[in-house]
Amino acid sequence: MSKVLMKGNEAMALAAIKGGADAFFGYPITPQNELPEYLSHHMPANDRVFVQAESEVAAINMVYGAGGAGARVLTSSSSPGIALKQEGISYLAGSEIPCVIINVMRGGPGLGGIQPSQSDYNQITRGGGNGDYKVLSFAPENLQEAVDLIKESFPLADHYRNPVMVAVDGLLGQMMEPITLEETEKTQAAGKKEWAADGGYGERGYRNRIASLYLDPYKLEEHNLKLKGKYDEMREKEQRYEMIETEDADIVFVAYGTMARVARNAVQMLREEGVKVGMIRPISLFPFPKKAFEALPERTHSLITLEMSLGQMHQDVQIINNGRYKLDFFGRTGGVVPEPEEIVEHVRAALKEDA
Amino acid sequence: MNTKTVYRPQAGLTEREYHYCPGCTHGIIHNLVGEVLKERGLIESSVGVASVGCSVMAYEYFDCDMHQAAHGRAPAVATGIKRVRPESTVFTYQGDGDLASIGLAEAVHAAHRGENITIIFVNNAIYGMTGGQMAPTTLLGQQTTTSPHGREKAQAGEPLRVCELLSNVPGATYLERVSVHDPKHVRKAKKALQKAFDIQSGKQGFTLIEFISTCPINWGMEPKDSLDWAVENMIPYYPLGVYKDMTKEDDDA
Amino acid sequence: MLEEKLIVAGFGGQGVMLMGQILSYAATHEDRNTVWIPSYGPETRGGTANCQVTISDERINSPVVSEPDSLVVMNHPSLAKFENKLKSGGSLFINSSLVEQDGIRDDVDLYPVDANKIALDIGNLKVANMVMLGAYIAVTDLFDKEAIFKVFDELFTGRKEALVALNRKALEAGMDAVSA
Repeated sequence: MSKVLMKGNEAMALAAIKGGADAFFGYPITPQNELPEYLSHHMPANDRVFVQAESEVAAINMVYGAGGAGARVLTSSSSPGIALKQEGISYLAGSEIPCVIINVMRGGPGLGGIQPSQSDYNQITRGGGNGDYKVLSFAPENLQEAVDLIKESFPLADHYRNPVMVAVDGLLGQMMEPITLEETEKTQAAGKKEWAADGGYGERGYRNRIASLYLDPYKLEEHNLKLKGKYDEMREKEQRYEMIETEDADIVFVAYGTMARVARNAVQMLREEGVKVGMIRPISLFPFPKKAFEALPERTHSLITLEMSLGQMHQDVQIINNGRYKLDFFGRTGGVVPEPEEIVEHVRAALKEDA
Repeated sequence: MNTKTVYRPQAGLTEREYHYCPGCTHGIIHNLVGEVLKERGLIESSVGVASVGCSVMAYEYFDCDMHQAAHGRAPAVATGIKRVRPESTVFTYQGDGDLASIGLAEAVHAAHRGENITIIFVNNAIYGMTGGQMAPTTLLGQQTTTSPHGREKAQAGEPLRVCELLSNVPGATYLERVSVHDPKHVRKAKKALQKAFDIQSGKQGFTLIEFISTCPINWGMEPKDSLDWAVENMIPYYPLGVYKDMTKEDDDA
Repeated sequence: MLEEKLIVAGFGGQGVMLMGQILSYAATHEDRNTVWIPSYGPETRGGTANCQVTISDERINSPVVSEPDSLVVMNHPSLAKFENKLKSGGSLFINSSLVEQDGIRDDVDLYPVDANKIALDIGNLKVANMVMLGAYIAVTDLFDKEAIFKVFDELFTGRKEALVALNRKALEAGMDAVSA
């Protein structure tokens, strides 16, 4: 199939339609606005639901209602908007309602800025809302990977009955790249969800309830352990990553999204200088790809985490590392996308210091 | 052997025993909603949305599919349900803290979009579940745990009138305030609910029925006295009646 | 192996975004790799605008163009902003209707194009961007004009169909302007 050139936000919107999204609820925020704009036209044209909500808070609760009624539901936002949605995401996880959330990240804290950033890592992987819950989350590095992951996220959300987040930085949302989007049959129809509270009591013969309230602590503990079982299954099955030139690497970068693309150039440049550098590129943020680190060669002695933040994923690298490697970090923040030369310079300086 | 019916489950409700305090009017309002949905043949295709507050457990009582919403968000949840399941009857059941305070935006915007849902709004002028704090609907001079000397206008503003507020929202179709303090008013309240659900069945848009309710425990009164207090103090400030009826205008047109 | 990195810059409203996009569309048609990224800010009109385009036969990693092979500047402030980024020996296309030529670096190939005047002569100032695009493809030999015409046909449909002829004319005029 031939490729088409699309803007990231529009490509992701189309991927959601192809992935079988029945409904979209969202609220405008830069830099993801082309996504709801595209859907405002194309969802109704495909007999699907589009609602511009009064706030991110309302949008995520519409997702809760529609998802709880058995529909495949999408919402999208950017960092401060995701922060507002966190209460709803906690309810979705607690009530075991599937949905897909696209996060086009911008700089923070607070209103921050509108330029690309990766400073949502903590609010994505740590659960920005209350309670023991996790959100299955992916961070693609290009538009093809983004659209493929979004399409796949709908069945994954249904399988785990849990929110799935696809997080890109603002650059991926704003850029244009060629993609292919394969047609699927009415796009992987969700099938009847027997647990959904959709007004089908009469047909079903029993009553469905969507709730996250367990007043008995033992019942709530039991529920939380059940949820943990799903997160453990994700840890087992959904760790996704790419190993780039790690076979003979002395130094290994850890980077995702746009930062990984920049780092790929830095790997090439350093290798041309004779420095044996490789990279682990996490694709899943939760679960963090622990397995990638287990696959590193004996000779690897240093890990350098690279982020468009001041070191949020770096905490996970520290946990995984457990004293084995020398650790280092390089990051730009506030919406600054680094150039490969900056990373190269950082490594050169570190090598000099070691020598 | 002669048998005598001493108990039967209320129409449209489960057999679950209410957790509501003695004398509270939630029970009557639940019965009315269940009864109307059952009589209209709607209960089995209904989806209700419980809120946060005393009615947090409402999802255990209505004999239909239910969602439990975050505090104030029930109209947004109901919007999500109705948009993807337009053939279902969708209602929310919310108190005054939930709807008139933390969830005012969701209530106003659901009305504003003309969502084809029904909101059951229970106004007892206090936060019941959390132990009797001041609500936006608490009357001037009324003592609560957070207005120990009585609500003062200068400090907390005047009580919010929801039906009056929503009557200015173009998208709202039908708004009525009712009371359940005596059998005559209970019958009237039932008629209001019938009207609201008929409007929803006819896909005519947003409906809200506000119930003047009581909270004997947090008001610190006997149930009978609290009914009298509601009649003497609440109804004068929150007059009963129809605040908006766009179906009438449709008929006239 | 081909790899071309380009920055197009000008006033908002001069069509610099579209000009860059057209190159990425043409590259996509030829199954080359391409990335287009915009500068974006709170203002949508009136400010300076620029986009960065990479076209390559290889995988494109960092999408940010830090040292372009070519630079197209449609107004003077853009020259000041990007002139020093252009790699030594790179191609600099300036809209000489609006950009001063004095003092420009002498280690680059300079292509002045009187784009506003040419566009006005054709009948619409708005196609100055396509005049520049014509000059750019003629010099770099990245695409033939048919490849760009194909993009016009796809982009300008419905009510915009009438723009196809005008844009073709502008593209050809730009090509002629640098071939003399």
